[in-house]
Amino acid sequence: MTTLDFIQVILFLGLLTALTPILGGYMKKVFTGEKHFMQPVFGWLEKLVYRFCGVDRNEETNWKTYTFHLLLFNLVGFLFVFLIQLFQLFLPLNPAQLGNVSWHSAFNTAVSFMTNTNWQGYAGETTLGYFVQMIGLTVQNFVSAATGIAVLLALIRGLTRKTTDRLGNFWTDLTRSVIYVLLPLSILLSIVLVSQGVVQNFNSYETAQTLEGTQQVIPAGPAASQIAIKQLGTNGGGFFNANSAHPFENPTPFSNFLEMLSILLIPAALTFTYGKMTGSVRHGWTIYTVMMVLLIAGLSVSLFSEFSPNSLFGNLSLMEGKETRFGITNSVLWSTVTSGASNGSVNAMHDSLSPLGGMIPLINMMLGEVIFGGVGAGLYGMVIFIILTVFIAGLMVGRSPEYLGKKIEAFDVKMAILAVLAPAFVILFFTAWASVSHWGLSSLNNAGPHGFSEILYAFTSAAANNGSAFAGLNANMVFYNLTLGAGMLIGRFGVIIPVLAIAGNLVKKNITPPSSGTFRTDNTMFIGLLIAVIVIVGGLTFFPALSLGPIMEHLLMNAGVTF
Amino acid sequence: MSAKQKNTSFFNKKIMLQAAKDSFKKLNPALLIKNPVIFMVAIGAALTTLIVFGGLFRGEFSSFNFQIAIWLWFTVLFANFSEAIAEGRGKAQADSLRKNKTQTKARKMEGTQEISVSATELKKGDVVVCETGDVIPSDGEVIEGIASVDESAITGESAPVIRESGGDRSAVTGGTKVISDRILIRITSEQGNTFIDRMIALVEGAKRQKTPNEIALSILLSGLSIIFLLAVVTLPAFFGYSLSASGLPLTQNLTLPVLIALLVCLIPTTIGGLLSAIGISGMDRLLQRNVIATSGRAIEAAGDVDVLLLDKTGTITLGNRMATDFVPAEGVTVEELADAAQFSSLSDETPEGRSIVVLAKEKFNIRGRDVHQLQAVFLPFTAQTKMSGVDFKSANGKIHHIRKGSSEAIRVFVEEHNGYYSPQVQAVVSDLARKGATPLVVAEDNKVLGVIYLKDIVKGGIKRRFEELRRMGIKTVMITGDNALTAAAIAAEAGVDDFMAEAKPEDKLRRIREEQANGHLVGMIGDGTNDAPALAQADIGIAMNSGTQAAREAGNMVDLDSNPTKLIEVVEVGKQLLMTRGALTTFSIANDVAKYFAIIPAIALSLYSGGNGVGPLSALNVMGLGSPQSAILSAIIFNALIIMMLVPLALKGVRYKPVSANVILMRNLLIYGAGGLIAPFIGIKLIDILINM
Repeated sequence: MTTLDFIQVILFLGLLTALTPILGGYMKKVFTGEKHFMQPVFGWLEKLVYRFCGVDRNEETNWKTYTFHLLLFNLVGFLFVFLIQLFQLFLPLNPAQLGNVSWHSAFNTAVSFMTNTNWQGYAGETTLGYFVQMIGLTVQNFVSAATGIAVLLALIRGLTRKTTDRLGNFWTDLTRSVIYVLLPLSILLSIVLVSQGVVQNFNSYETAQTLEGTQQVIPAGPAASQIAIKQLGTNGGGFFNANSAHPFENPTPFSNFLEMLSILLIPAALTFTYGKMTGSVRHGWTIYTVMMVLLIAGLSVSLFSEFSPNSLFGNLSLMEGKETRFGITNSVLWSTVTSGASNGSVNAMHDSLSPLGGMIPLINMMLGEVIFGGVGAGLYGMVIFIILTVFIAGLMVGRSPEYLGKKIEAFDVKMAILAVLAPAFVILFFTAWASVSHWGLSSLNNAGPHGFSEILYAFTSAAANNGSAFAGLNANMVFYNLTLGAGMLIGRFGVIIPVLAIAGNLVKKNITPPSSGTFRTDNTMFIGLLIAVIVIVGGLTFFPALSLGPIMEHLLMNAGVTF
Repeated sequence: MSAKQKNTSFFNKKIMLQAAKDSFKKLNPALLIKNPVIFMVAIGAALTTLIVFGGLFRGEFSSFNFQIAIWLWFTVLFANFSEAIAEGRGKAQADSLRKNKTQTKARKMEGTQEISVSATELKKGDVVVCETGDVIPSDGEVIEGIASVDESAITGESAPVIRESGGDRSAVTGGTKVISDRILIRITSEQGNTFIDRMIALVEGAKRQKTPNEIALSILLSGLSIIFLLAVVTLPAFFGYSLSASGLPLTQNLTLPVLIALLVCLIPTTIGGLLSAIGISGMDRLLQRNVIATSGRAIEAAGDVDVLLLDKTGTITLGNRMATDFVPAEGVTVEELADAAQFSSLSDETPEGRSIVVLAKEKFNIRGRDVHQLQAVFLPFTAQTKMSGVDFKSANGKIHHIRKGSSEAIRVFVEEHNGYYSPQVQAVVSDLARKGATPLVVAEDNKVLGVIYLKDIVKGGIKRRFEELRRMGIKTVMITGDNALTAAAIAAEAGVDDFMAEAKPEDKLRRIREEQANGHLVGMIGDGTNDAPALAQADIGIAMNSGTQAAREAGNMVDLDSNPTKLIEVVEVGKQLLMTRGALTTFSIANDVAKYFAIIPAIALSLYSGGNGVGPLSALNVMGLGSPQSAILSAIIFNALIIMMLVPLALKGVRYKPVSANVILMRNLLIYGAGGLIAPFIGIKLIDILINM
């Protein structure tokens, strides 16, 4: 690594930290309905949406209704995206005349974008027309991210309100998130990206004559607008198959830097919003620190592994599959950030990372996408871990466990365990199934532990709603489309429903004021404790699988065996 | 329960033997299923045993599987043993209680007729008579008469107590003995629900229900067990893939006993096995302090209490005000004042009155005088006059009136006699009141003689106790009937955080509700019937055993010693109980790290070994364990033995110090968190060395 590499990493993390309170403070105003500077700009749109949909913005619901609205909204979104893929040939804005999508691929893609996963079993430019990409996928990129924020907001209300059952209004939370947060930021980012050379047009694909004399089809389309939200909404679904390794998606080092920053921007800022809304900014920063420590730890292992001279290849760092234009550091930083944040966009092929370098994204996802994580989702996932930490360690101070003054009791623990169990089930059960069935094995490109890692990665990515692919595994087939689709659904709603149930249970409880007998959740000791619980619970669950995949491969590579 | 019995050591031989027997009885699946974690171990043990026997039928014997089966059974038995030994201590106490209860005859009143019935036939509302030597047949309330009662059967205290109709000392307990006089008692409890019945049920653990926190913890442990189950059942598939990839036959896949061993090592058996022992011993520790809780829930809640309402009298102060000084008015000598004060108090049997006599005697050597010669007539204190005193005839035949009482009452008295109540006296009175004292003004006819300084004596060491409570995050509120000025002074002297002056019973109730509405959990201690609503409303209401039946019913704990400071100890027991659970949970989970490092390299040794039998994952064998089999055995043996080794800790509870949550957490994390990470590495290695010797 050069000094420049270090400077870049520090610049990245520094800027992220600096932007956190700015955006976080703004979002707090948006979500609590205070006056803010975007109201005059977009206020009319918010009112219009409410009037059009017949929403009473002051009406609040209990957790069951809130959950019902959320599920209904997502179901409608899923059906819409599913159907327009099946019939895209008959729809407008399809200059390349791309054919109707197979039912299982359409199912997988619809689930994928609805769950904020953006796993792509298909190749964007050869499968989906502009209509599906814009009206189907881009819309889901916005609303799936907003859904995550809505769940978080309900949880915050559960923690801060007392002795009521009202958790807020799903429709207002959704609308405000889209109109005041996601939309303005996306517009801003896509304009900057266009300035860097990201394409944004409705042209049909160009055919060009290359220097070697062959024909090359150059795809086009409204890419910049989708890329902005795919990064900001931790969606990650590329307009083109190569995702952000494609020069039309990510043309310059500056665009690369911005796209990386926008992955973590909202999830990081939400920690500040969380602190503000729960009345403890310190607690917000505590969570931020936990996430940052885990990010830096993963990044360090990855960088160390990638820059370690590899005796097999003549003491050179490996460039195969890396983002050759921006270098190893940017590839590794992106891979760490995208897997930590449930984004899943890539600028390098994770399959080509060194075994340990590839294990870090895997672990980041296995830990439940809490290292900043998905928009909203990362933080509510983190709160699940906080509840477990508070419960295990909180007892040690001699009081029954409480979090932000709310007693954590049997029901809350049950739901928290369910939320941890759901993704773990997807990862372990489906990986086990795929690794012994011929459906699962038939589409593997690599043998040995590397092949195992490819399967493990696919289901981990689905369960964590990340959507990045290890590649090397052809997943566009019935078995993988269906199992991964199911995995994404369980990984998303298997967490959301327990979280909302917790919110619904906590909101009924009274708040115990803090005293010196209270278990503190805003100091260094808590940071260490929370990290330990995340690592141990995650590690204990997946250690056997990891040891047979990347750890085995790493040890074998050191012994001179590759796959 | 005499003091001797209470000191039964944890490892009394008889209890140990009984517990060992009971741990086999507890293998009954219907009992085991109450503890999901240990139930899982039992299923694993049964399966492994079946496999061993199945092998025997085919003429094969796997000593490895056999040893796994043995140690799995030990794991279950050790967990049962911990519960049995905790229960055993209670059982011994229950047996002596039960002896008392049976064969008691009751003298039931039918109208004016007295008939003899068995105590077990008594119903609520029946009236019985008890005379000297009778055992009181059931819980009840004295409706007529007064008697001294020996309550040593339940309190262990041999000094008799007075029980009388009306007032706050009317409750009697079944099983106690009348040692003088005759009382009529109305039975207030149905059979099977009397104090002794409940005490027996409680110490035997028969009616022990899981407490809310215990349920939540069980759910967490079961949830973790399911996650580990998932990790273990998917392992053969991962292994199958890896075996094929290494070119090894699938017959080398993991066997069921190995998988079971791995699962048992991972699921939190340590805390799972000790959980109910911790709960029972919590109740036991309260009992050792002579406090009976009506439910485990109450003990747990005691740990959470963050506001304590404490009656001033008896808890914070010694209970009685004492005369400590005489302040004469202008033109009066202090001897004159002391003399009059003593004279007027001669027949005053209240502690205050007696203390005045004693002070005058000690300070000025004034002794009693001939009361008859002076034709003295003593006037007792009444609520109307707010004064007491004496009228007497002096040598010249004139009748004099000496009065002592509150400043207001004396002023009226003096002014009625055309006297002058000087501002100097008023200044002294105000000054003393500010200091927390109760000034008592003494006057003779129209002349104010001076002021008696009656002072509340704050208990020694109580201030330090309150400081400890403050560090623990508990707010103390002193409740007193005194005026605000006096209350403030005593509050400052004792170091309480807040006080309620001129408090009436309904004020207590209101205060508790207010605190609860603000999210606090409130503990209080009380005895009188008028305390009953507040005791019922408080999260922890401790009734004194000397109190009324109503108070005892309303509270969720009874303090047999009737010692108000007990509240503080109860809070400590509650905290200790929760801490022990947390510490052992942390320890249990932290243990898993080492077990993985023992088992994973052992079972994955052959994978990708390329023929030489030692695969790359042997690099994870950081402990350098002898062989794959000894590694697995060592892990499972450690897992079983650690339960046994932690039984004393579960019974005694982790060490407790009254410091802030952060300090406690730091300490426990170091011992049980870091200790839990390191201990099994050492333990497993040692066992492995022994096995391979």
